[in-house]
Amino acid sequence: MADRCRFLKTLLMSDMTGNVIVVGGGTAGMEAAGQLADEGLSVTLIEKEKELGGHIREWHHLFPDRRKSSEVMSYLKKRVEKVKVITGTTAESFHKKGREFIINTGNGNSLHADALLLTTGFDLFRSERKEEYGYGIYENVITSADLEMMFNKKNVSLKNGEKPERIGLLHCVGSRDEKVGNLYCSKLCCVTAVKQAIEIKETLADSKVFCFYMDMRMGGALYEELYREAQEKYGIGFIRGKISEVSVNIDNRLVVKAEDTLAGRPLKMELDMLVLMAGMEMSQAGARLAESGNLRTGENRFFAPADHHFGSNKSNVKGIFYAGTCTAPMNITETISHARGAVTDIINYLKNSK
Amino acid sequence: MEKFGFSLHKARVINYDSNDRSIVDYIIEREPSLKLCIECGCCSATCTTGNFTAFSLREINILLKRGENEEVKNKIKQCMLCGKCVLLCPRGVNTRNVVFLAKQAFQKYSAHAV
Repeated sequence: MADRCRFLKTLLMSDMTGNVIVVGGGTAGMEAAGQLADEGLSVTLIEKEKELGGHIREWHHLFPDRRKSSEVMSYLKKRVEKVKVITGTTAESFHKKGREFIINTGNGNSLHADALLLTTGFDLFRSERKEEYGYGIYENVITSADLEMMFNKKNVSLKNGEKPERIGLLHCVGSRDEKVGNLYCSKLCCVTAVKQAIEIKETLADSKVFCFYMDMRMGGALYEELYREAQEKYGIGFIRGKISEVSVNIDNRLVVKAEDTLAGRPLKMELDMLVLMAGMEMSQAGARLAESGNLRTGENRFFAPADHHFGSNKSNVKGIFYAGTCTAPMNITETISHARGAVTDIINYLKNSK
Repeated sequence: MEKFGFSLHKARVINYDSNDRSIVDYIIEREPSLKLCIECGCCSATCTTGNFTAFSLREINILLKRGENEEVKNKIKQCMLCGKCVLLCPRGVNTRNVVFLAKQAFQKYSAHAV
């Protein structure tokens, strides 16, 4: 901390100035914008939606400790008090003129900046693309995001208003799937499934909940503990096999087919509700900016950082930086850390470019 | 004389060292996507044959890789080569071609001839 204060003091004494534009007002954008403003820079945060917050605005609880998302929202809102915020506006394209960046917004304005931080985040995989799971066809097939909204409304129910008795959660929807062009693991869906399974049991104590998984990727802090708790305390069932298709029977109950790979036999199960754990994809906004500014993207279509180890916040263009899920799937903790990393890189850049 | 039911049982262990993996090598050379299987079971979940008989493509894949050829040789006869499995595989394994090539390999290596 003392080192950090000294570092900041040196910066202030060196009279560092600069305009930074942050594109995307989700977790990464808000955290970074707030910190950049704290360090005395002039910061503008652009967000396409009418409100800041990004995806967590619609999320109920976070894993692994089931903290309310609204707590993170309040923290982030406080963070951006000193930041100039423009909402309801998109960043359509940008170009570099000398050392300056000129950003064209959706409403026809152009903004000037000395450095650009892209925090364009992710789009949730559109689950209707996996037609075999029947999202948008069968009314009780929902996504993990839909379920969070049900938790928010304190009403986990079927379309007809009845309470579901047997619920399935399907991992890896839109992730690790060549058929939709996404080879990567979205990383958060496994633990989200476990968290949501627990929360379903807390809401509907008599229900039976099953997770259909290919691999349980419980690599984060306290994830494995949550998995264990789901088994031990909540009796969640785990079936190792990816659901191949969903249909409905005459009673309008869902019928899922999978191979119970550990038993080595096909498995059929009736469910009242199926929750698809939708993965993360590069956002359309990010893809648009990548194209307009010749920013390098990876095979996974996310922004490709300059270096995976030493330059995860840097792009292939000097003065353009990345933070958060526009580079890869990340949880809130990682996103906040990544945003703070970007702040350090931006400060160094501005300091050395004078 | 009274028989006590003693008999010799073949060991259940997969003897990786003595097993013959020439069949799987033959397949992978021609259909490298077999290397990508992650045993999710989508192929066998959708398989019409697998829903009525003890046939699981996922199991076939792993048995081939372990060189448990005798077991594969018998089971593989049940596949009708409809190819529904190929439509589902998230890893893009051409499962239908794996079966086809396995049959071909068994013919080729006369010791395994079907």
